[in-house]
Amino acid sequence: MNHDRYEDDYIRGILRETEVIAMVGASSNWNRPSYFAMKYLQRKHFRVIPVNPREAGNKILGETVYAALADIPDKIDMVDVFRNSEAAGPIADEAIAVGAKTLWMQLGVRNDAAAERAEAAGLRVVMNRCPKIEFGRLSREIGWMGINTGVISSKRRSKI
Amino acid sequence: MADDNISYGFETLAVHAGAAPDPVTGSRATPIHQTTSFVFDDVDHAASLFNLQAFGNIYTRLTNPTVAVLEQRLAGLEGGRGAVAAASGHAAQLMAFHVLMEAGDHFIAAKQLYGGSLTQFGQSFKKFGWEGTTVDATNVQNFRDAMRPNTKAIFIENLANPGGVVVDLEAVAAVAHEAGIPLIVDNTLATPFLCRPFEWGADIAVHSLTKFLGGHGNSLGGMIVESGKFDWAQNDKYPALTQPNPSYHGLKFFETFGDMAYSVAIRALSLRDLGPALSPTNAFYILNGIETLPLRMERHCDNALKVAEFLEGHAKVDWVSYAGLKSSPYYDLGQKYLPRGAGAVFTFGVKGGFESGVTLVENVELFSHLANIGDTRSLIIHPASTTHRQLEEAELIAAGAGPDVVRLSVGIENVEDIIRDLDQALAKV
Repeated sequence: MNHDRYEDDYIRGILRETEVIAMVGASSNWNRPSYFAMKYLQRKHFRVIPVNPREAGNKILGETVYAALADIPDKIDMVDVFRNSEAAGPIADEAIAVGAKTLWMQLGVRNDAAAERAEAAGLRVVMNRCPKIEFGRLSREIGWMGINTGVISSKRRSKI
Repeated sequence: MADDNISYGFETLAVHAGAAPDPVTGSRATPIHQTTSFVFDDVDHAASLFNLQAFGNIYTRLTNPTVAVLEQRLAGLEGGRGAVAAASGHAAQLMAFHVLMEAGDHFIAAKQLYGGSLTQFGQSFKKFGWEGTTVDATNVQNFRDAMRPNTKAIFIENLANPGGVVVDLEAVAAVAHEAGIPLIVDNTLATPFLCRPFEWGADIAVHSLTKFLGGHGNSLGGMIVESGKFDWAQNDKYPALTQPNPSYHGLKFFETFGDMAYSVAIRALSLRDLGPALSPTNAFYILNGIETLPLRMERHCDNALKVAEFLEGHAKVDWVSYAGLKSSPYYDLGQKYLPRGAGAVFTFGVKGGFESGVTLVENVELFSHLANIGDTRSLIIHPASTTHRQLEEAELIAAGAGPDVVRLSVGIENVEDIIRDLDQALAKV
């Protein structure tokens, strides 16, 4: 599929069906973007499991950190890649191996070969986007900061 | 879903962008959230908000739900990523520069600007250590020649007030980008209905909402809109956006907020510290005005062209400077950048100089003699006897406010009535 732009319905579908997110490259440093995203997604009732070999066994925002996706004992709906585009390649293969339904690469991260492999294995793929920003945009929360959501609707709703 | 990824037309965005029925009460019109502060769910929620980790309201100096609708409305109309409202156009200009400039930095501005902007840049900006060079914007090379290693932005009005000058936006944007700096465009006189500067390469648009956007002469307001396309990390010119910020525990705005970093930084740093927040009530009035912006601008422009044509043929008028007239040196640029009309503010020269100008403004009946533009009502001013009274004649001419210059802001009244009023006043000159 074309990864230059995504239909809102595609992103909305993924976020609605996702309960557990494994965040690869999660940081314990509270001013890093991954920490921001994890904290926000937790408040939106996602369970976020951090993956970071240097922090394995520690806790970030109340969740135990694992060294690798394969170490996580729970089912994983989405793998969120907070690593660079090159590192996204092997992470994609691990995401396929653990049976994730979605492979999501963060803003600035894009690996088309990895995306093709994941899609061939039946995963949905999003690249160069942030789930925090997309959730905030589709729920219009991000508009509270004056950001253009592009969403127009005459319906009364507050969910995505 | 019906709302997915549809590119709505300008007229639809003018009515709807940013607004939605209130999720709790169902209110269809945007409520006026006339409150200073907002309660936190708990301590953790408060911490997340203060650390910019959650979207939400803390205090109306930073965000307010009514003001946010207006911000999104402007971002939508300009085709931008995000926007920040300010108490006035001047406050918006101050904040637009605040995150870009450090003391000792330099910027380039067109000479053809609203006089109040030239004063702000030349007087108050200087006190912050921000040095501006003004250049004649009718020759694009002048911007290139004025560029220095510490130049952080170029500032222009695409349709300049009051001279009827149209600047070659695309060419100036190219000069800015060659130097790795953003182009800031004051789009007040054109409004996004007539020109969307981002489509020509501009990176930041600023507005006085007080003029055509609000449109009814009842509320001050300003706005900064960012395109979201400028790469702040392409050089080391913008430390406020790319370097760790000590007041947010080392957060880097561009790394964390990406294509909305500039507007988030203005909110988190400039609104926080400079404080010129827009009142929610003013935001409500301006929102109401914007709903009819396309209708009003069409009428403003139609009327202005007819009035300009009338004046051009009048025996007591020496010259008319309106980019919609074929006689204007800016007609071709106007056709390129402002194909729907050249706006409704322009100047003309009345024969007989200073005394004639005074006689004219004192004898109009329908036109209001005052120092604003962009009202539904037709407005007139003779700068030499009012706004520019302190200047000597040579200074008046240099400022485009010579003794014979009269400025009009043509309203949306019946155009025959507007012309008749000018005709009877000119008869007394």
